[in-house]
Amino acid sequence: MLDLLSGFITELRNAGLPVSLTENLDAMEAIKHIPMEDRDAFKYALAATLVKNNSHWRSFETVFEVYFSLRGPEYAIDGDADADEFWREMQEQQRQGEGNGGSGGMEGLSPEELMKILMKALMAGDQAMMRALARQAVQRFAGMEPGRPVGGTYYLYRTLRNLDLEAMLEKLMEISRQEVSGELTALEERLERDEHEDQIEKFKQEIEAEIRRRLVADRGVEAMAKTLRKPLPEDVEFMHASRDEMQSLKKALQPLTRKLAARLARKRRHGRKGPLDFRSTVRHSLSYGGVPADPQFKYPRPAKPELMVVADISGSVAAFARFTLMLVYAIQGQFSKVRSFVFIDGLDEVTEYFKNTEDISVAIHRVNTEADVIWVDGHSDYGHAFEVFWNKFGKEIGPKTTVLLLGDARNNYHASGSWVIKEMRQKARHVYWLNPEPKSYWNTGDSIVGEYGTFTDGVYECRNMRQLEAFVEKLA
Amino acid sequence: MTHRFDSVQIVREGLKDVHYLADDGIAGVVFLADRLAKPILVEGPAGTGKTQLAKSVADFLGARLIRLQCYEGLDESKALYEWNYKKQLLRIQADRKSDSWEDVHDDIFGEDFLLTRPLLEAITSEDPVVLLIDEVDRVEVETEALLLEILSEYQVSIPELGTIQAKQIPLVFLTSNNTRELSEALKRRCLFLHVDYPDMEREKEIVLTRVEGITENLADQIARIVRSIRQLDLKKAPSVSETIDWARTLVLLGIEHIEAEQAKETLHILLKYQTDIAKAAKELSIEK
Repeated sequence: MLDLLSGFITELRNAGLPVSLTENLDAMEAIKHIPMEDRDAFKYALAATLVKNNSHWRSFETVFEVYFSLRGPEYAIDGDADADEFWREMQEQQRQGEGNGGSGGMEGLSPEELMKILMKALMAGDQAMMRALARQAVQRFAGMEPGRPVGGTYYLYRTLRNLDLEAMLEKLMEISRQEVSGELTALEERLERDEHEDQIEKFKQEIEAEIRRRLVADRGVEAMAKTLRKPLPEDVEFMHASRDEMQSLKKALQPLTRKLAARLARKRRHGRKGPLDFRSTVRHSLSYGGVPADPQFKYPRPAKPELMVVADISGSVAAFARFTLMLVYAIQGQFSKVRSFVFIDGLDEVTEYFKNTEDISVAIHRVNTEADVIWVDGHSDYGHAFEVFWNKFGKEIGPKTTVLLLGDARNNYHASGSWVIKEMRQKARHVYWLNPEPKSYWNTGDSIVGEYGTFTDGVYECRNMRQLEAFVEKLA
Repeated sequence: MTHRFDSVQIVREGLKDVHYLADDGIAGVVFLADRLAKPILVEGPAGTGKTQLAKSVADFLGARLIRLQCYEGLDESKALYEWNYKKQLLRIQADRKSDSWEDVHDDIFGEDFLLTRPLLEAITSEDPVVLLIDEVDRVEVETEALLLEILSEYQVSIPELGTIQAKQIPLVFLTSNNTRELSEALKRRCLFLHVDYPDMEREKEIVLTRVEGITENLADQIARIVRSIRQLDLKKAPSVSETIDWARTLVLLGIEHIEAEQAKETLHILLKYQTDIAKAAKELSIEK
């Protein structure tokens, strides 16, 4: 048990969760009081002692499932039973199922019958039945073989393709309609649909869990944990985020901006005292007979910077630009003025989009659909975009302005137009460049970030939320 | 040391008796907090029953609830203890001639002159108490350090008096709305519990227990609608307390079955932003 737990904790650390020694000891203490047979309680006990940040919960859950999925009463394998044995047993079952139909249980059912049972289970929300069905479905459709070097998603895809859950949803809706014998009102229709979708989602999770369980049995705990390891939300790279990760990033953005705004406001209020106010000190020293006993300090008045964001929104870097814009606008109270521009090879101002709406995602959508950013062919042309920017808006850059340039500086071998940056630097307070690419890729191929970089106050690598947050905090 | 609870199940049942429906996670962590003698840090969106959890546990145990509401600028003298200056001054003036310096000095820094504040009170209390440190994320990072000693050792050190040990170990709840990251030191000392919006079944149960005179049918419908609304991308999703308010309103209006029209008229109880209301009305096809 102790071995298992320490392996588990090592894996948590590998996944990036900060688990301290005290927390480790707490977990050991905690599991003395909670029996492992009660899997949910056991999971919560470990989570309460080891995971202190809610956004890490998913990573924890994945690791937990891998490490403890083969242990538990439902699966009837005791601690010393080998994974190999389990696997053999499973194959046995499978062979039986193929060999003599109708040997009892679900093996003998035809696919149609299986679907019917599934439909009933989904209708009633019968969790136990769904689990049994998920196991059955995986056994039948996934075609899993030991030692086959395929990822879990492949099996998942195969199983789901055979089940055709989309059609299932429609069928379920059909049944709901029949039940009330007549038309559903729009509200009811919506509620029923949500209900069924929820059930189907649960069923999908059961299937995923089942596949994972079998893979763990086949490949062993460590190997599986490694393949399933995913970065924490704040470490997900903007440029390679999957759709799911994008979703979780979006969710993470909201609390993050709130925290950032609170922190910045606090910093502004409780900032250190300013430099010595010489005049006032001398004035006060008169009451001590000329001894400067009571030094006076200047009241700090940190100026709110004016911000101009110029973002490349072509293909690969679009996600990064979107997040930066969302972040900047979410904390726009910390700046005296925010203006935003987007470009691909043409350039357009999009400040208006953000001004007229409370909902940032709507504004982002409008930026993507309405902004006029294509000049010739819709491939990044930084040089031309910067020239347009300089001609149209260059006059508006003042000594209080901070200019943020976002992009990977992959210029498709066009003219760089770096003189614009040079001019900008002379007029603006600061010019920063944020690059979503890893540092090692800079200045390779058509990337000319180095050329631009020489004229800016700094080029920053902003691959993930953590780096972006750190930069914005520094800025405000 | 005797334990307060025998099993997770008992915690759950007990909380149910005082109308708090805990899920497995909540009951498990409360049970564990008792066994490990550790405070619980409860985090989650506003209005999901974080403070209520502490109150309900106190209720269930029949213990006194001592509450420390945190705010910016909270300091030692408000959270831990303070010397009663006025009384000290009176003591000095009362017999100016008789006592020697040593006597007076020892005397005025005695327990008689100590004003206890919530944290000190919680650990010096004879009878069982539940300590609730509410919205701990509102204090500054530096002030957090005040809590560390009491949370890990259950003691308070007063320079003039020495260390005051806890007479009994109270059950401690800290709640946080997560407006800032709490320090690692604080987190390390606590068990972490994230309370999220309940799933539909639990929400229905909650509505049924907290709202008088509601029919099962209506509760079910309310829970379903609220779940659908929470799935939308809103500025502020409806909290459990708002769901309960909504249920109460519907009961008061004598509504048995929610129709689109009624839902639209009462949506402002559930949602507090105009844009959210418009969005929800549109999404739920209430507005044609």
